[in-house]
Amino acid sequence: MQFSTAGAPHRTPTNRVDRVMRQVLYALLPGILAHWLVFGLGIFFQIGLAVGFALLLEWLMLRLRQRPVRPFLTDYSVVVTAVLFALCMPPLAPWWVAATGMLFAVVIAKQLYGGLGFNLFNPTMVGVAAVIIAFPIELSQWLAPRSLSPGLPGVWDTARAVLTGQTAHLDWDAITRATPLDLLRSGTIEGLRIPEIQQDPVFSRFGAQGWDWIVLGYLAGGLWLWSRGVIRWQAPMGVILTTLIVSGVVWLSGLDVHPSPSLQLFAGSLMLAAFFIVTDPVSGSATPRGRLIFGTGVALITLAIRHWGGFPDGVAFAVLLMNMFVPLIDRYTQPRVYGVAR
Amino acid sequence: MSQENPAIRLHDFHGGLVLAPHKAVSLEVPLASAGLAERVYVPIGQHQGQAGELLVAPGDRVLAGQALTASDDDFEVPAHAPCSGTVAGLCERPASHPPGSRRRCIEILADGRDEWVAPIPLSDWAQRRPAEIVDHLHAMGLVGLGGAMFPTAAKLRGPWGAIHTLILNGAECEPWISCDETLMRSRPEAVIRGGRILAAAVAAERVIIALEDDMEGLAATLGKAVAEQDSGPAMAIVEVPAVYPQGGERQLIETLTGLQVPSNGLPQDIGLLCHNVATAAAACDAVEHGRPLTERIVTVTGPGVQRPCNLRAAVGTPIAHLIAAAGGYREEVTRLVLGGPMSGTALASDEVIVTKGSHCVLALTDRELAPGPEPMPCINCGDCVAACPASLMPQLLFRALAADRHEQARELSLLECIECGCCADVCPSHIPLVDYYRHGKARLRLSDLDHRRAALARRRFEAREQRLTRQQAERKARRRARAERLQKTEVAQDEIQAAIARAKAKKRTGD
Repeated sequence: MQFSTAGAPHRTPTNRVDRVMRQVLYALLPGILAHWLVFGLGIFFQIGLAVGFALLLEWLMLRLRQRPVRPFLTDYSVVVTAVLFALCMPPLAPWWVAATGMLFAVVIAKQLYGGLGFNLFNPTMVGVAAVIIAFPIELSQWLAPRSLSPGLPGVWDTARAVLTGQTAHLDWDAITRATPLDLLRSGTIEGLRIPEIQQDPVFSRFGAQGWDWIVLGYLAGGLWLWSRGVIRWQAPMGVILTTLIVSGVVWLSGLDVHPSPSLQLFAGSLMLAAFFIVTDPVSGSATPRGRLIFGTGVALITLAIRHWGGFPDGVAFAVLLMNMFVPLIDRYTQPRVYGVAR
Repeated sequence: MSQENPAIRLHDFHGGLVLAPHKAVSLEVPLASAGLAERVYVPIGQHQGQAGELLVAPGDRVLAGQALTASDDDFEVPAHAPCSGTVAGLCERPASHPPGSRRRCIEILADGRDEWVAPIPLSDWAQRRPAEIVDHLHAMGLVGLGGAMFPTAAKLRGPWGAIHTLILNGAECEPWISCDETLMRSRPEAVIRGGRILAAAVAAERVIIALEDDMEGLAATLGKAVAEQDSGPAMAIVEVPAVYPQGGERQLIETLTGLQVPSNGLPQDIGLLCHNVATAAAACDAVEHGRPLTERIVTVTGPGVQRPCNLRAAVGTPIAHLIAAAGGYREEVTRLVLGGPMSGTALASDEVIVTKGSHCVLALTDRELAPGPEPMPCINCGDCVAACPASLMPQLLFRALAADRHEQARELSLLECIECGCCADVCPSHIPLVDYYRHGKARLRLSDLDHRRAALARRRFEAREQRLTRQQAERKARRRARAERLQKTEVAQDEIQAAIARAKAKKRTGD
């Protein structure tokens, strides 16, 4: 009898790209849920807009590049990019923010570099960095968390604000509030000491009102991803440990002038970055030690930007800067091959 | 005797996979014989070595166990007739590897009488010198039965230093395969006694028999067999974790000793020698019973065969005969594999014959081998890095090879790849990574060959240039010498006269 042949192994692999990406989306659910509870329905509009634009642009680019559309639209990678972007946006950010962000993320950072697997820079962070620079006003207008708000906007108010950019129908000053990191930044520029800045009710015991819950949601999702083997510990631990150690030492050197490590970790997007951004396989390091270095670098640059730089958070820029070092890191952190002397 | 078990501390090797074993299906039924096919095709020159000298001619009657070829070279392992019958002639049969190739075989028409030559045991082996034992094993046709068929004598006799430990490899790590476990359960004493013989052949001080920890009760069975021995080296039975590719020689050595075999060296370089348990049993048969290696146990299994089982099969039996002995095919077989699912070779035809290295025939159907989606681009997830037992960076190797950058792949240690298939098995993008590595290695070997040829050609060219310049210089020197001589007129006149005389003489004889 005759049979067809093929190379070993003679097994169908169990894992798939779309499965990996779907697991990342599941892991974001606790964070999304917390976001909804703290800031209202805005997050769903942001996700809807970003995912919609992302799929549209991905489809368009795949057609233009004459690539198969179906496998790449159904691998969920562009959905992950969009959802992560949405989580970095203010709940009432107008639609053109998402459109611009996805243009940079999907068209420029991803497709123009060769599509899935070939982008040098993290698409989400390219999109976020672009809108931070392009729309500073829109990006600084965060809602007050539920506990400090006279009432979160409902469906229609949210829809109107997001889809038209109009806010006249809202009691804008009452329902918005500067983010904790914005307050820290403007406070220190004015020469205020940390305890004075933390008088603002938006701060909580170890982070910021409501923001803590979202960060805990990311942490829970991230730990789940780690337990499922979807991500490895090196990159997140690089971010978290470096943040704790470096900002801890700095904090102890001047309790009144430097924010505490818990504030650094719980008031911005470092935790989201630790588990969902620096763990992006494509634009991150491929070696175990390289991942640790990559995470460490992201934390160091973020802390530096927060302290010296012109932006309150700085995670997006830190990630993009570290993306540039990945080829170098990979080159010098390769594991020792079996039987080869060091 | 000495089953002192100086608690061997186990170490981890990097990577590897825990795979569903699928071994129970073929272990349920007792070991049976496949029976003789009407015609067997004994491969000659199946090992790394050449065929050796042919001892039979078409039409000869041969007895079972009779040598068909002979050679003094350790790498030219003699072949023996597995049955009595008549030599029909030399022929070419499809071989498993490389795909589509053919192999020279001696065709024997079995007469069904199963008459054996008189056995020549080496019963007093314990009193013999190691070299005599090795010679005997060579004459009995022993090769490694783990799959690679490396000539046993060549492995025992080499330019390395003292061997202190012999490792008997019973870690049968690939799914579906159970021939070694079957052997150890059915003939534990042969494995143990063979281990003693192989240890004596290299004067090793101790023997470690490695099993997988999911082979229930086997350690006790072998322990009993060890206890029955009354002398010999220290023997330890060690259960190692059932992680693929635990049975890889280099991985097993790291598990047992914590040492790594140097990348371009051999286990012998660090005082270790590894043999498959089936090779040990064959050594016992050869030395104590004088029986040459003419049959082996083959696992015939998979969802595509009616009755998965382990069969004693004569070397030279067509695989179709084994399938028939296992009840024939079931369902639509989409792939027939010689070896295991991770590293086996897909066969184009079941006319391929059983060799000394055929441990498993695996018939797979659509259920295990669903045609997957097209490969996606590599997303650099690093699952392959975590799985690679050689600690390579499979995704970087893939990127280099996909871009035809073979020298970069060499720098990334492509040649250290053991082709275990772990990377491809975990790849979420379903990239046939091992195919890339095999192809890449072949390209590197070719380019090395080209380089060697080019270097040789250059040396030849340079030598020729040198020779030509030298000859030219010599000619010049001669001409100059002659010119100088001619300038001395007297001599010149003499020579002219002589030349004229010679010409005249010639003319006379011409008339």
